[in-house]
Amino acid sequence: MSAMSSNWDRRSVLRAAAGLAALGPLAACGSNNGRSGGGSSGKSIKQYFHAYGEAGVEDALKRYAKGYDKAAVNTQWITSADYESKLFSALLTDNAPDVFEFHPQIQLIKSGQVADLSDIIDPVKSDFNPADIASHTVDGKIYGVRMIDDPQFFFYRKSVLEKAKIQPPTTLDELIEAAAKLTTGKVKGLFIGNDLHAVINPLIWSSGADTLDAKNQIAYHTEGVKEGIKKMRQLFTSGHLLLDAPTDYWDPSAIVQGLTPIQFCGMWAMPVMQKALGDDLGIFPFPKVTDSGKQSVTNGGWSMFVNAKGKNADLAKEYVKWLWIEQKKYQEDFALSYGFHIPPRTSIAATATKLKTGLPAEGVKLFNDFGHFDNIGWTQAMITALEDVFANCVRKNGDPEAALDQADTTVNRELKKLFG
Amino acid sequence: MSTTTTRGVARPASAKASPARPRRGLRGSSTFNFWLFTSPFLIGLTVFVYVPIGWSLWLSFFEARFTVTPSKFVGFDNYWQMLQDSKFTGSLVTFTVFAAFIVPATWALSLGLALLVNRLRFMKAFFRSVFFLPTACSYVAAALVWKMSMFSGVRFGLMNTILGWFGVENIAWLANPDPPWYWLVIVTLRLWLQAGFYMILFLAALQNIPPELYEAAAIDGAKPGWQTFRHITLPQLRATSTAVILLLVIAAYQAFDEFFNLLAKTTWGRPPLVELYYTALGESQDYGEGSAGAVILTLLILIVTLVQGKFLGFGRGDDK
Repeated sequence: MSAMSSNWDRRSVLRAAAGLAALGPLAACGSNNGRSGGGSSGKSIKQYFHAYGEAGVEDALKRYAKGYDKAAVNTQWITSADYESKLFSALLTDNAPDVFEFHPQIQLIKSGQVADLSDIIDPVKSDFNPADIASHTVDGKIYGVRMIDDPQFFFYRKSVLEKAKIQPPTTLDELIEAAAKLTTGKVKGLFIGNDLHAVINPLIWSSGADTLDAKNQIAYHTEGVKEGIKKMRQLFTSGHLLLDAPTDYWDPSAIVQGLTPIQFCGMWAMPVMQKALGDDLGIFPFPKVTDSGKQSVTNGGWSMFVNAKGKNADLAKEYVKWLWIEQKKYQEDFALSYGFHIPPRTSIAATATKLKTGLPAEGVKLFNDFGHFDNIGWTQAMITALEDVFANCVRKNGDPEAALDQADTTVNRELKKLFG
Repeated sequence: MSTTTTRGVARPASAKASPARPRRGLRGSSTFNFWLFTSPFLIGLTVFVYVPIGWSLWLSFFEARFTVTPSKFVGFDNYWQMLQDSKFTGSLVTFTVFAAFIVPATWALSLGLALLVNRLRFMKAFFRSVFFLPTACSYVAAALVWKMSMFSGVRFGLMNTILGWFGVENIAWLANPDPPWYWLVIVTLRLWLQAGFYMILFLAALQNIPPELYEAAAIDGAKPGWQTFRHITLPQLRATSTAVILLLVIAAYQAFDEFFNLLAKTTWGRPPLVELYYTALGESQDYGEGSAGAVILTLLILIVTLVQGKFLGFGRGDDK
């Protein structure tokens, strides 16, 4: 009898397990289908953001979304390091975001992925930084709303450089020399990220070249750029660079924790650095690579796009208009309350007192004097092609000419697909 | 579920159960039961394996960028492009080097561990569990531990701290591919994660070797140690060894997680799956080329498996 009852036990356990297993998919159907929330009008839209490093940004975005009463807004916070991969694959599925942040890239427009937002931007066009409008415009139509501009440059510890009697470098040679002088047993002289890819564009600009020219043809394949790549190789092998740090260039930890006195980073991290280092902090743009070059700053940033292929494209457009065109309070809060970003709206930038004095003001000056904005024709595949050049010739001892030739093949193939 | 309710009584006889149970009608028929039990699996297999394979084959003949429903037929262009792509062909070389090292290394290490643990007089269960435990760890979690704490490039990384005691300069284990220290990181990680599992397989096989064989060998004058190991233990482990090698080769083909997590944004140290991920699912979203690469890879694996089967004789029936 006891055997019988244990039999029953096992069976009931199995049955319970099967029941649970059967419920699983049902439960899965019930939640996380991108339609959760169910706002007042029963409509909902989904937005994608990459994980901002600064505390409070996620809550802020959710708070703004709550204030929208025409639809429930579901925020997906993508913590992965390769946000673009996650975004691009999600866009192909039914679960695609209706609204997402990204950088202007023309392939998204050519493939009909992002909606034309001219009608919501045009009325306030004059209030935007003209460069931000230009970088989102194709054939007279504007495809994205710029939320924030993020200049990237070097941060340095004034006291450390003074002690070593070093002026902020203005040429790449001086930077290499400074890195050597500042390297001690415990501290490396310079940090420009673990893969060094953040400085690819500034290196090109500071060599007097550009990614693409005005006719959308290759402009990076110059003697100056080759010289710059060779110098970067020299720097990489010098042993004066901080490498394999626990955090990457976009995180202020390396300079804040004293692993290095000079770090390439973005204006977003300025508040954290100032809090940790006080006045012992200065900034300088990417130095000149060649005599004919000019110092440069990457004016990165993020923009809002509407998924034209989504089911809620019109609603999504309404939402973008509401938050990123009309709600100036939120836009200001987003740009200034967490990390520091330069507001692309001139009316907001004009009243941004936090950016008017001290180091933030210097950052704004670098942004205006040396900044290069996104080129909408420079797409992800081209970015990857130049990252490969850097990987092969800076981190490996490849021949820059051969690597650039290889990149030319890839980039020309892309250009042909995009521009014919 | 309900089919099981009446089984309790009939259970002892179930081994020779009659093929038809008229009183249960359709439910009793073995055909129905066959489909009942296999269909969930078959449906899953069709939806998640066969349909994607077919779809991928179809995609490989189209220009499919940023779409999985392409319309522009390009013939064998994608295949041609992939075969010319030095990154893809390079990934095949990377994989070959990796497999040529990791398969024998894991085989030897797990066999060695099994022999050691098998000899223990006490705490056998403890050591067996300790060596097996890493198997439960995910590759991603382990890769992060390896990257951020053990092989971190800063002075307080574990390996750099140890090397520092001997006055050796900090090494950038992952960022600098020259010399290729990244292989050390990848190989130690995989050995740590895998060896325990294969050790258990070897342990089971070792315990299955009849003691009479060792007794007979001892009587015939075989010295304990190498001679016994070479002529008794190793031949007796042949079936397990073959299976372990096959499993290891398969695991090497599937290598993805630790490469993906340890080596971001490189042009080296990418096995084919990582390379294809970047082609198809990563930033370039070229499903046509990615699918073509997958088909090429499938053909290669097919050839290798056939050749391997010929040499190792696995599945020929005379095995074991």
